[in-house]
Amino acid sequence: MSVASQDTAVKTGGIAKVFIYLILILFALFYLLPLYVMLTNSLKPLSEITGGNMMSLPRDWTIEAWLSAWSTAQVGVSPTGLQPYFVNSILMVVPAVAISTVLGALNGYILTKWRFRGDTLLFGLMLFACFIPFQIVLIPMARILGLLGIAGTTQGLVLVHVVYGIGFSTLYFRNYYASFPTELVRAAMIDGAGFFRIFWRIMLPVSGPIAVVTIIWQFTNIWNDFLFGASFAGLSAMPMTVALNNLVNSSTGVREYNVHFAGAIMAALPTLLVYIVAGRFFVRGLMAGSVKG
Amino acid sequence: MRGLYTTTAIATAAMLMMSGAAMAEDVEVLHWWTSGGEAAALNVLKEDLAAQGIGWVDMPVAGGGGEGAMTVLRARVTSGDAPTAVQMLGFDIVDWAKEDALGNLDQIAAAEGWDAVVPAALQNFSKYDGHWVAAPVNIHSTNWVWANKAILDELGLAQPKTWEEFVAALQAAKDAGYTALAHGGQPWQDATMFDSIVIGAGGAEFYKRAFIDLDPAALNSPEMVEAFKRLETLRGFVDDNFSGRDWNLASAMVINKEAAFQIMGDWAKGEFLRAEKVPGTDFLCFRVPGSEGSVTFNADQFAMFKVADSAVEAQNAMASAIMSPDFQIAFNTVKGSVPARTDVPGDQFDACGQQGIADLAAAAEAGTLLGSMAHGHANPAAVKNAIYDVVTASFNGEYDAETAAEELANAVESAQ
Amino acid sequence: MPVQNNRADIRTRLQDLIPKIVLAPSVAAILIFVYGFIVFTGYLSLTDSKMLPSFDFVGFDNYARLFDLPAWNTALINLVIFAALYIAICTVIGLALAILLDQKIRGEGLLRPIYLYPMALSFIVTGTAWKWFLDPGLGLENTMHLWGWTDFQFGWIKDRHMAIYTLVIAAVWQTSGFVMAMFLAGLRGIDNEILKAAQIDGASNFALYRRIVIPLLRPAFLSAFVILFHMAIKSYDLVIALTGGGPGRATELPATFMYSYTFTRNSMGIGAASAVIMLMTVAAIMIPYLYSELGRKEK
Repeated sequence: MSVASQDTAVKTGGIAKVFIYLILILFALFYLLPLYVMLTNSLKPLSEITGGNMMSLPRDWTIEAWLSAWSTAQVGVSPTGLQPYFVNSILMVVPAVAISTVLGALNGYILTKWRFRGDTLLFGLMLFACFIPFQIVLIPMARILGLLGIAGTTQGLVLVHVVYGIGFSTLYFRNYYASFPTELVRAAMIDGAGFFRIFWRIMLPVSGPIAVVTIIWQFTNIWNDFLFGASFAGLSAMPMTVALNNLVNSSTGVREYNVHFAGAIMAALPTLLVYIVAGRFFVRGLMAGSVKG
Repeated sequence: MRGLYTTTAIATAAMLMMSGAAMAEDVEVLHWWTSGGEAAALNVLKEDLAAQGIGWVDMPVAGGGGEGAMTVLRARVTSGDAPTAVQMLGFDIVDWAKEDALGNLDQIAAAEGWDAVVPAALQNFSKYDGHWVAAPVNIHSTNWVWANKAILDELGLAQPKTWEEFVAALQAAKDAGYTALAHGGQPWQDATMFDSIVIGAGGAEFYKRAFIDLDPAALNSPEMVEAFKRLETLRGFVDDNFSGRDWNLASAMVINKEAAFQIMGDWAKGEFLRAEKVPGTDFLCFRVPGSEGSVTFNADQFAMFKVADSAVEAQNAMASAIMSPDFQIAFNTVKGSVPARTDVPGDQFDACGQQGIADLAAAAEAGTLLGSMAHGHANPAAVKNAIYDVVTASFNGEYDAETAAEELANAVESAQ
Repeated sequence: MPVQNNRADIRTRLQDLIPKIVLAPSVAAILIFVYGFIVFTGYLSLTDSKMLPSFDFVGFDNYARLFDLPAWNTALINLVIFAALYIAICTVIGLALAILLDQKIRGEGLLRPIYLYPMALSFIVTGTAWKWFLDPGLGLENTMHLWGWTDFQFGWIKDRHMAIYTLVIAAVWQTSGFVMAMFLAGLRGIDNEILKAAQIDGASNFALYRRIVIPLLRPAFLSAFVILFHMAIKSYDLVIALTGGGPGRATELPATFMYSYTFTRNSMGIGAASAVIMLMTVAAIMIPYLYSELGRKEK
């Protein structure tokens, strides 16, 4: 688990370097393209979009669409904009990410350092669970949430996201901890340290990189989820994606594309922020953990 | 067995409702009217209820003409937490009524005389087994043509009266370098055109036999072959780019004088009005040539779910507010549709709206008010989607007209 | 001192039990919410469920009807095309970008988040932008025409036979940066001494990567495969946002098929049957993989 962050020792010549930069920049343009379309159109008045070239820069720059998407756009019956749903999403995503990450860490710790008969099978079962198509769980899940009395609430959504997040978070932590020397854990056991003490004192302090990977992964998936949010949330728990969908997908009304794009970027801001801020640690975390097998 | 499943779900719902006493006077409304105008119109209803001390818990889920909302509804009913009222279309209401999930509005309907003012064709969906289960909000009609008047004037074209004139007008527009027919290639839009074409090719009686009675002999018949041929003809007048286009972008083509005609339901009017176009001077609205005298409709209704006794009063108040002429006018002038009751004065509507009201009344009288196949008012969802498959495949050139008619009969049979 | 022995015994036993107690809730949740629901779906696929679950048994009728539906066969073929191209192209681009970015590039700190950010956005957000960009009348083709390249043609999204490839483009856009990050991490983990030794032996750069570096990246390839395969199978938002399954039903995938039959066509039985087939496909590919992976690690 040596953290070797230096570049490769392979040397490349001057002309090759120019080509490399060219290719890298071309790809960067490819990746930025949709963002460009969204950003420019969110800064145009609507008439300019429906009337002309959608790929061009705005002639009249305006931030009206952004203001409208945030605070006055019609999401339901009341013109609230996306503002209140933003809060709902935060209230859902924070506990869901925290719980599933902690569970993943504990599970990974147990499956690698406290092995027992059948643990590999259990892990296999958890991993396979990542592949379940979410559409099939809607109806039975709704029934269970109803029986538990948390249908339509944020708690219900948190439960759903935790359950379907365990698979991946366990996968990440298990692979990471697998390369952690078991001898250290053994030694601590002989010194009389218990299960939680070892986890707290030995495992957690080295878990930073993989925790970042797991948190990014879970945050992205849960923040962007639409299906569960739409099916299991009442108005008071409705997440951002559902509100955004209401804004963007209204059926027979007038479509305000500039507001749609502004709202879309707004909905994406937290995940973008997480990627930009934590992106550096992300590669480091992947390096230290999941891809080492 | 299926009944038992729902009954338990409803019993749970009832218990939940009773435990939450504070909820008793609120109505929870699941709908997909989230665009500015629609939501503003719905707000009229919300405020009306607020004046009576009834709270409104909003549950908007947009997407796919209510598909999103219907999925959510299934999750909600299964979890034992059905909303008070749900925006719903045609056969969905019948399906939910079959599951024994809907409430009963007979009392308020009798007191306010709904039977006399709601067209019979619409009552087929608002009532199940003779009992009122839903309150209709509006009637959209789908067999409209929207035309750019400037293009027509420029080419010296009069408003086409027959199918042949319509084809000639399309050809003239095409020859002049315009996109003749603005269209978006999405299954429901293809089917919307097909509704009107089938009436044109075979008449109202034939439409009824084919799409409402699902008579195999009508589905695979010379008239249906003719309808598919007409669909092919229209295919020749759309631009290369039609596939996947949103309907409102197609409307924008007519508004911006890029295209001459669009076949679309009356909600398209909102796009024209928003672009500050005036009916009669900037754009024309007329029935799809060949389908005059008939009106294919779809209607939004609020289906009322079974709720605890304490909430019935609020539910009835909501149903009554929906049916009040004031709300019907306020809502429909915004939405582009016409009121669901035929006794509402039309003087607050524009030219197209007034024609819509008159056509509706005449069609209801003559028995030519027909549920739209494209919008789930002629047959249940499974059949409708099977028809979509064939119509869309045919419009995209996968079948010739004869094969399409054959496939149509097969698809409908296997979907039933 | 038998008492102390006994106490120590209880302690060790407790220590043995704690891990299992801690693991139990996760296992229980997975058993109920994943495997329980799979069994439930399997059962539904054998019933005549329409709008809501029903418990009237009809045997394998739904499966027979499912395989009679041309749309289902299209969906299966589409999945094969889509998954194969998507996984292959993402891997190639991801690996290439990682190798290039690993050449002591200035501005890596700027480029890396640009490559990564699409993964942060859902297609509910980017779908419309993609749709416009791919639309010949609005997007790339139109722009090229305006720039004077009037022969330029790019109308795949409107073409029945080509539309599935536009899904691949958008999907590759979303995930290839993430795959790049995985490979980059793998590359950075390789011991530079090995590379230096090979260079001294006079190996060319190309040979260096082909013979030494790429084989060392095996774990990264496997992780990338698991994640990409999982995304390919679950691709739903992508199709809905970009093509809605069209033109016609040319870009229907099993996930969209299952959703539409279960929820919009009121044929829950057929929808459940298609879900079972999907799960069996996943199992057929994943179980051998898991078996070999987990088996390998045992050693």
